[in-house]
Amino acid sequence: MIALTSPFTEDKIRALKVGNEVEITGVLFTGRDAVHKYLHEGGALPSGVNLRDGILYHCGPVMLRDDRGEWKVVAAGPTTSIREEPYQGQIIRDFRLRGVIGKGGMGDRTLAACREYGCVYLHAIGGAAQVLAECVQRVRNVYLLEKFGSPEAIWELEVERFPAVVTMDAHGASLHQEVFAASQAELAKRL
Amino acid sequence: MQALLDSLIELIRRTSAEIPDDVQQAVLAALEREKKGTIAESALKIIERNVELARQKSQPICQDTGSVLFYVDGPAGLDQIALEATVRDAVKEATRRGYLRQNSVDSLTGKNDGTNLGPGAPTLHFHQHRSPDTHVRLILKGGGCENVGAQYSLPDEKLKADRSLDGCRRAILDAVLQAQGKGCGPGILGVCIGGDRATGYEFSKRQFLRLIPDRNPVPEFDRLEQDVLNTANELGIGPMGFGGRTTLLGVKIGALNRLPASFFVSVSYMCWAYRRQGVVLDAGGGIAKWLY
Repeated sequence: MIALTSPFTEDKIRALKVGNEVEITGVLFTGRDAVHKYLHEGGALPSGVNLRDGILYHCGPVMLRDDRGEWKVVAAGPTTSIREEPYQGQIIRDFRLRGVIGKGGMGDRTLAACREYGCVYLHAIGGAAQVLAECVQRVRNVYLLEKFGSPEAIWELEVERFPAVVTMDAHGASLHQEVFAASQAELAKRL
Repeated sequence: MQALLDSLIELIRRTSAEIPDDVQQAVLAALEREKKGTIAESALKIIERNVELARQKSQPICQDTGSVLFYVDGPAGLDQIALEATVRDAVKEATRRGYLRQNSVDSLTGKNDGTNLGPGAPTLHFHQHRSPDTHVRLILKGGGCENVGAQYSLPDEKLKADRSLDGCRRAILDAVLQAQGKGCGPGILGVCIGGDRATGYEFSKRQFLRLIPDRNPVPEFDRLEQDVLNTANELGIGPMGFGGRTTLLGVKIGALNRLPASFFVSVSYMCWAYRRQGVVLDAGGGIAKWLY
């Protein structure tokens, strides 16, 4: 297990390899379908959201507001990342992201951007919304809530020891490509 | 009717926070099977911990509380209009309490009004039966697994899948290969052979009302279920697509008649966070019995 603690420097990120299990401590910003499309179309990043050397989390959490107006995370696992494939490479380049957390993996363009700009894809356990919500120490802020609704908003989360697996690294390796090719070959033997 | 409303809210809460015993047993068996020290094993350990935590905290197992699918079996004379109205109230209240995510979006405007109510949300399937009891079953099916569902029209030349059980097998296994870990595996397949494009998918989802260890009463389908399950688990896709020994926890196949011109194989994928529950209601709208 590798502790991946902010600041998320290029050196730390480039040292990671496919198959490494990490525990992330620092700040994450959530962003999913609506946010990716919005940024891709030139939408401005709300002030307060800093993605440089940051980690973007593909997540639409369940949030409740308590009596004092503080947000509480009820459930916060990853969503499927491949839907952001048309946008992700550009967003890694433009905002100099160091990590993307999601599930299911991403495609060739994202893999190429990871290699070129020093970024990794971190696979969280899909469906493990309670284990992952427990890692959120505090909800710092929320952006674009009115515009996109709660699951699609940008949530700023402070996390501690958030578990994930490196499945696409900054050296061009992708566990998803490997498993797809191997499983395709195994299937061909059984048809 | 307050008792009915309370029962339905409790049905939603329990479905969202507690996976049924048969699913939990299947997940634990998968954890036993995985090679120690692998990321597949780590993934299943986190899943196991998540199941316990959700139950303890009475909070959603997965933040995607999914399509809200009700299956109601009731006697002739059941007031479906009133029941549907109460179901809608229950969904709205369960959302307010955080048992369900604000998960329903207007497809034209993109607005999410936060109530989980709208055209097709929730979905109710009513069916009459001769018993005087009303059974309400609920499935919550997340979007990640819904998106990897697939429908094949046979013959499919590319897959070398003709109109036979072998052709069906090829189509179903292609769906498993294409899904990889994206549907939050290890998953469960619901399959319909035949029907039309709409009824095929609907019937494939209905298979998720079955228990994981049950066996298909039709010998040909039973063999196909076991074959697809075993073959899929030899492919090495594994939990979350990380590689490993458990790709599927179960396969459930049903069939509908088809037109001579059509031969559809519809495959629905259910994630490991297989949320299914049901109640038998008593005359006052209270919960007489849990079905799973």
